[in-house]
Amino acid sequence: MNVLGLEGTAWNLSAALVDEDDVVVEENAIYVPARGGIHPREAAQHHAEHMLPVVKAVLDMAEDEDLSIDGVAFSQGPGLGPCLRTVATAARALSLRYGVPLMGVNHCVAHIEVGKWKTGARDPVILYVSGGNSQVLALRRGRYRIFGETLDISVGNALDKFARRAGLPHPGGPKIEEMAREADEYVPLPYVVKGMDFSFTGLSTAAAEALRKHDLTDVCSSLQETAFAMLVEVTERAMAHAEKNEVLLAGGVGANRRLQEMLDIMCDERGARFYVPERRFMGDNGSMIAYTGLLMQKSGVEISLAESKVRPGYRTDEVEVVWV
Amino acid sequence: MVEIGRGAEAVITREGDTVTKWRRPKGYRLPALDRKIRRERTVMEARIISEARRCGVPTPVVLDVTRFELTMEYIEGVKLKDVIDLDLSRRLGELVGRLHGCGIIHGDLTTSNMILKGDRLCLIDFGLASHDQSIEAQGVDLHVFFQTVKSTQDLHESLAEAFKEGYTSTYAQAGAVLKRVEEIEARGRYL
Repeated sequence: MNVLGLEGTAWNLSAALVDEDDVVVEENAIYVPARGGIHPREAAQHHAEHMLPVVKAVLDMAEDEDLSIDGVAFSQGPGLGPCLRTVATAARALSLRYGVPLMGVNHCVAHIEVGKWKTGARDPVILYVSGGNSQVLALRRGRYRIFGETLDISVGNALDKFARRAGLPHPGGPKIEEMAREADEYVPLPYVVKGMDFSFTGLSTAAAEALRKHDLTDVCSSLQETAFAMLVEVTERAMAHAEKNEVLLAGGVGANRRLQEMLDIMCDERGARFYVPERRFMGDNGSMIAYTGLLMQKSGVEISLAESKVRPGYRTDEVEVVWV
Repeated sequence: MVEIGRGAEAVITREGDTVTKWRRPKGYRLPALDRKIRRERTVMEARIISEARRCGVPTPVVLDVTRFELTMEYIEGVKLKDVIDLDLSRRLGELVGRLHGCGIIHGDLTTSNMILKGDRLCLIDFGLASHDQSIEAQGVDLHVFFQTVKSTQDLHESLAEAFKEGYTSTYAQAGAVLKRVEEIEARGRYL
């Protein structure tokens, strides 16, 4: 079975074709804001402009290889409204064109499923960290329940906000990671964990203020150390509470080596297993949508056109995970 | 000395009628950050445990405090996590109401941190507790509790209702806090 998946909740427009075993092909068109952060309408225009070449590249490949398209999946939410609508329109058209089922995929669930698929993690606590989301999740009674999450902005957003104030390019994470390697002093910054939840606005602002008195490299490192320690602490807390022995890292911020190292040490100290997918499956990608769509289709979870309205505030724990 | 618990952050050992909670170093944190977190939490925990009791919330008696270690009275009982029902949830709400009335935030209101000893419900693990009188902080405190109940208990809705009932009976500002909880839930989402 081959499923075509379309992702375009924010910065990346991506189309992919997958079967049960692997990704057959994936095409991406990345939106880079001229300055500042993501502008929802501009991002949507970007997706609309690149939709045809991106989808066509995947379909041409399928045709060359003589592969059928058995279903169409798209990221229905959460995400930026204008971007979601652009992608949903294309997905509806493709589903009609091929006369195949349409699957509305939850973007966060897709991050989790592709991670499990690619790493072999079975029943992990998931730390999902990206520009838009920061959550600690685990499967319980048929849903990915949110054990902890941010009380304000996501960790990726906090890094981006700080980067803008420090004059670093968007997205901030990779540049902050690079600068942090040169650090030699720890600057105390607010560490805010409330039970299973964390907060990042105060930290981001305090880090920007600290630039007046400290080296950029030291502040970058201390910001990472503080923010990631908060995430790792809550992940560990969730493992203890949910009695799980695996951790899966998901989302674009998960590409950060220091975060990976910290989770690895935490798991090692607990005797737990730590899973990180290949980098291409961490950030937003069409393969994760296609693969989750495939799981849904095989379990009979399809939607009608009438049900295909986008869901910008779609929560991870609204999805009934019937395929696990 | 027997190890009786190993939480996410501390090792708890028992010796007769006393328990010692030692905050383990975490290899994933920078040593400077690690020591700071462990020290601050140990001192704060000792202070707040005693204050809470003065506010009418049963807590263990603190016997000794060092840099990373806290020695307390041992409370023999069962975790609320395993026995919670509507009545206990309501009584818990009463205790949390009193706690908030005194300006104390527990900071980790999960059902693993509540012990039922005989007929007495006791709050433990004030490791993340703080002083804060704001509706926001109290709202977050409750949000943590509702979140845990939701992710671990099947009857989470009626348990939450019973908790709210108890909370409202002991805390005058309960209405405002519960309203804030709804707002907090709506936040922290995409956008």
